[in-house]
Amino acid sequence: MLRRAAQMIFYRRHREPGVKGWELRRRLGSDYPKVLRLLDEYLGNLGLTVKTVFEEDGSPPENPTIDQLDKARFYVTLREELSLGDMKLVGWRIDDLAGLAVSLAYIVSKGGKASRKDLESLLRTKLPGWRVDMNLNRYLRLGYLIEDENEQLYLGWRARAEVDHKKLVDLLMMEES
Amino acid sequence: MSRKPNRRRLAKEELRRIIEFCRSIESKGLNPFLVDVEDLISVIREYFPSLKDTEELSLDAEALNQVASIIKMQSEWVKRRATSLYRDPFLIEEKLRSLPIRRLAEVFLKAWHPIVELEQITIGSLRSAMKYWDSLAPIDERWREERLSEVEAGATTREELIKQGILRDETFLSEIERLWDELKEAAGRDGMVDYWDFIGAESYGETIRRAYLASFLITYGYARLIIQPLEEKIFLKPNEAPISKTDAQPFSFPISLSYERWRQWREKQGE
Repeated sequence: MLRRAAQMIFYRRHREPGVKGWELRRRLGSDYPKVLRLLDEYLGNLGLTVKTVFEEDGSPPENPTIDQLDKARFYVTLREELSLGDMKLVGWRIDDLAGLAVSLAYIVSKGGKASRKDLESLLRTKLPGWRVDMNLNRYLRLGYLIEDENEQLYLGWRARAEVDHKKLVDLLMMEES
Repeated sequence: MSRKPNRRRLAKEELRRIIEFCRSIESKGLNPFLVDVEDLISVIREYFPSLKDTEELSLDAEALNQVASIIKMQSEWVKRRATSLYRDPFLIEEKLRSLPIRRLAEVFLKAWHPIVELEQITIGSLRSAMKYWDSLAPIDERWREERLSEVEAGATTREELIKQGILRDETFLSEIERLWDELKEAAGRDGMVDYWDFIGAESYGETIRRAYLASFLITYGYARLIIQPLEEKIFLKPNEAPISKTDAQPFSFPISLSYERWRQWREKQGE
């Protein structure tokens, strides 16, 4: 069971990585939340964790129902915090990462939606002008951001899976300018 | 007498102003409490009795809809401010502006837990890859340089030049010119003829042949295509004299010549 769950959650089988709750239920049975808990414990030794992203925006429910779990998506993410030294391992430049931090924190501060123009002008204070558009497109392509037809930017599926927004904003507020 | 139309015009302007104002609040993400909803409602109510036609009533409904959106935004605004996630956006922006890149990256790393995933090749992709590999020519063949072979100068035939596209086939050209004459005759008072009426023939095969020749009429500058996209009509207009290739229609325009379309044209002719 554990092995099958690990295979399902690790291997990318769709456009997005991870697996939906209902897919796990179909393969592992209705006890799949227990299997995921065991898998999470096992992965803890490797510095990994099973991350649950619920369909609804906002804070995750404390006691999710089976229906909410079925609709949720499960990923494996790094459990520990990364350091600047680890950054090269994940293939990011320091200014690209700073740009991503600015983009996500700005959108969160605006209630989950911000105009592309406003974000571009903020990013220009951090990055050379020619990189701004390129970086934003990269964040869009990777799924950190979503853009609608009115050039409004939102948090994408990857931002919801990988970034602890509350922690990001709290840490920023604690920083001394 | 003139007061009523004036009031209606004023009402339309006011309603449009309300719609634009509400939309700008929404699109710019401004504080929805900047809008005095009661004031907007009273304006809408005041002008409602003077509205008469459908356009005015639609504007009224749209204005009400926009005001309702503002009320919804106000409710969401209050909810968001009440959550633990809420921080003053101006303070956050200030922090983002003032912190150096390195600090921003360090902060982000503490809140970032990248997804770990594995990628694998599927049986289907593997099968396609094998198929591609099997049909691939050996590398020495693919990388072989094209060598120009030196040949001695000699005489060539007219047929050979036509085959190579250097000379045009005289029969083909005369056939095109015959068709051009036919087109000039068929053109009506406005100097043009419906495309299908011109190329359409008794048989589907003949229709295709005429369409093929007609395409050269355009390419060689004997005629022009007139396209009326709204009416979905295409016309052929003969030129008085052939114009040079550079001045001829510089774009391609695909026209479907399906059997179904030809049958429809035939049926129309029979009516």
